[in-house]
Amino acid sequence: MTDRLLTIDGLTKAYPGVTANDKVSFGIDAGEVHALLGENGAGKSTLVKMIYGLVRPDAGAMTLMGNAFAPPEPRVARAAGVAMVFQHFSLFEALTVAENITLGMENPPKHRELSDRITKVSHDYGLPLDPERLVGDLSAGERQRVEIIRCLLQDPKLLIMDEPTSVLTPQEVEVLFHTLRQLSSEGTAILYISHKLEEIRDICDSATILRHGVVVDTCNPREKSARELAEMMVGSALHQPLRDAPELGNVVLELKELSVPSATQFGTSLKSVNMTVRAGEILGIGGVAGNGQDELLAALSGETPSTPDTVTFDGSNIGNLGPNARRELGILAAPEERLGHAAAPDMSLTENALLTGAIRKNLVKKGFVNWGATRAFAKQVIADFDVRTPGARTAARALSGGNLQKFVIGREVLQDPRVLVVNQPTWGVDASAAAQIRQSLMDLAAKGAAVIVISQDLDELMEVSDNFCALNEGHLTRPHPAKGLSVEEIGLMLGGMEEQETAHA
Amino acid sequence: MLRLEKRPVPSKAWTIATPILAVLATMVAGGIMFAVLGNDPVAAIRTIFWDPLFSEQFAAFSRPQLLVKAGPLILIAIGLSLGFRAGIWNIGAEGQYIMGAIAGAAVGLAFYPASGWYVFPLMVIAGAVGGFLWAMIPAILRTRFNTNEILVSLLLVYVAEHILSAMSFGLLRNPEGHGFPGSRSFNELEATANPELIANSGMHWGVVAAFIAVIYAYVLLTRHLIGYQITLAGQSPRAARFGGVNPNALVVLCFAFAGVLAGAAGLFEVTGPAKQLTENFGQGYGYTAIIVAFLGRLHPIGILLAGLLMALTYIGGDLAQLMLGLPAPAIQAFQGMLLFFLLAMDVLSNFRIRLKKSEAA
Repeated sequence: MTDRLLTIDGLTKAYPGVTANDKVSFGIDAGEVHALLGENGAGKSTLVKMIYGLVRPDAGAMTLMGNAFAPPEPRVARAAGVAMVFQHFSLFEALTVAENITLGMENPPKHRELSDRITKVSHDYGLPLDPERLVGDLSAGERQRVEIIRCLLQDPKLLIMDEPTSVLTPQEVEVLFHTLRQLSSEGTAILYISHKLEEIRDICDSATILRHGVVVDTCNPREKSARELAEMMVGSALHQPLRDAPELGNVVLELKELSVPSATQFGTSLKSVNMTVRAGEILGIGGVAGNGQDELLAALSGETPSTPDTVTFDGSNIGNLGPNARRELGILAAPEERLGHAAAPDMSLTENALLTGAIRKNLVKKGFVNWGATRAFAKQVIADFDVRTPGARTAARALSGGNLQKFVIGREVLQDPRVLVVNQPTWGVDASAAAQIRQSLMDLAAKGAAVIVISQDLDELMEVSDNFCALNEGHLTRPHPAKGLSVEEIGLMLGGMEEQETAHA
Repeated sequence: MLRLEKRPVPSKAWTIATPILAVLATMVAGGIMFAVLGNDPVAAIRTIFWDPLFSEQFAAFSRPQLLVKAGPLILIAIGLSLGFRAGIWNIGAEGQYIMGAIAGAAVGLAFYPASGWYVFPLMVIAGAVGGFLWAMIPAILRTRFNTNEILVSLLLVYVAEHILSAMSFGLLRNPEGHGFPGSRSFNELEATANPELIANSGMHWGVVAAFIAVIYAYVLLTRHLIGYQITLAGQSPRAARFGGVNPNALVVLCFAFAGVLAGAAGLFEVTGPAKQLTENFGQGYGYTAIIVAFLGRLHPIGILLAGLLMALTYIGGDLAQLMLGLPAPAIQAFQGMLLFFLLAMDVLSNFRIRLKKSEAA
């Protein structure tokens, strides 16, 4: 197809201290699946926000179907046929699917009529979804369907998708891609943002590559290897993590029949979880978001204490110990949510270094904080993990996601843990930083620490893990050696199959 | 059109400049209001901000009043600010202040007419303990039964007020007072008096305690782990739990700080400026201190300045009513303007204002 749907010409947007987009130009044809590739901080989000009317460009122009297009707010962009599915869903868990969709509409139709339309659209595009179910009961994949259907009801000309597969199982990804291909064949253009290069090669017709806010290349991703794409993105040869076959030591940490009731209505309770990790082992824990990952991390970090004998460390019972007592033993953790859990957003990196480093780095003497030593520790993390920031005084929220993640992981790794638990260590982190983080986890295991990696990125788990198990509805499967596991086997472990069948009925 | 853009990091320069701008804006807006009311705006502003401190005629009386009024406000506000930073909303400082005064006064009266040096220190300790115990009620109800500390602490103020009236009419009433309500006068006996330490300065032990509290709070917040944990828990409760902060212990600790300081402030007030325990010795400092705490951005130095500024507008306001015949509601409106501008200008330290270019949409 050659009908140009959207032309972007010289879009520029500067924020204080950084030019997010510098004279970005490219075009999307009707029915084209166009990838937007780039590291974190390359300016992808700013660019799509300008197209969607959330951010106004400083300079440059857009043309949509031959008309000048400068949406002052998302409502205008939507009216012009631009829809967007965000990485983070904006859904109310206590409302039903249909109610959530109604909330986003300008002139919502009658409930019955809307339900029928939702059912029809979900059926037409192979996205089974019951309009009357509570969003709180849906899996991440199903929640994404709600967002997609919300967009499809507007009959969009251009659908923007920001990292849509980060929360999906391989099977759910297949369903999504089927839908996207169908949309594309009907003439809807799709602007697809992802870090997952194989996916992009699978589904996209063309790709625009951004680096530091500038378009560095446009190509057909099918003609390039994933490695070539990654190198275009990073601008240099990509560092591949290396790992020697490890020799596993003694069991360091063990969970026995650990059950933790969920703290919130829509959380997941852990049910009789058994798990062992040995010194030098990397245990990968897969699972679709919301199957107990946060709860498992909290049970391991000590944020949710349990009965003493459900968690043992070096043979002694520690289930009742809190986070700091466990840190003293060498059990460290890096939670998924960087802002607000792993780090305090408005505090400086120095203050955030104190958050978990106080005990093992001896940063507090008689209750008084040794700020000099704390600052030195923060600077060490910044230097060793290549955290790009003006300095240790910078507030955590001023860092890009990838850089903050490097800081959070580095802060724990440099404390010489005996057990390190990480949840989603490379979520939303660019390729080179992700490789760096994975390498540091492997190095840590090579030095004899036990590492537990909870992640939804299966490629990552296959790359780093010795053993693999999956969380499903709060149950943990038995571990399998990661080598030789097929994607189908993993998919079955994650247990994503049954729910689609039931939703159809 | 104007547009606000969030700053990546709050601006240090604006944090300092906003209070000054706010005072200037208050002077302009207040001046217009006074002019509309038919008064000379310059004279009115001068009477409020300048005369209490520098006029030959009034300063001798009103200058000491500055510390007398600011002292308890600062002392109570410092205690409150720690809790507010941690997201623990103790708004019942008035009750803790009253109970501190009752407990301290009771100890002093129990020793009457002893004259040992130890009497006054014991009264101060009793005042602090009284405030502490009263503060523990909402703290323990919150940690044990998850009640709302805002409601409990506030409602306990009314209980404390009733106990105060019962005490000043009953148990603690001056037996030689010819039936008038109120306790014996504490400044008659040297052992129970909280006198002016330097003549015509307004400085009494409560003011000294306030200054010491400012210094200790500053050190606590900038150097001590507890200060860090308080700030952390307020900004990011989940990160605080991850960092090993025990939220319940923090609730008890913050209520304890606030109760001790408010209770001591009550004792200093009742033995000093108020001279005796009466039904209305309090001046409502426990409530006003909430405003002072926020006005001072919950920062010890800020609270020190805010307490002095608050005291100045009260004294100046009284003076303007007296000298220029300005109506009391106009003075209150003026004080309200000051609060409004201070809080509104706060936006500038967290956001920058941008002129939106006119574009063809």
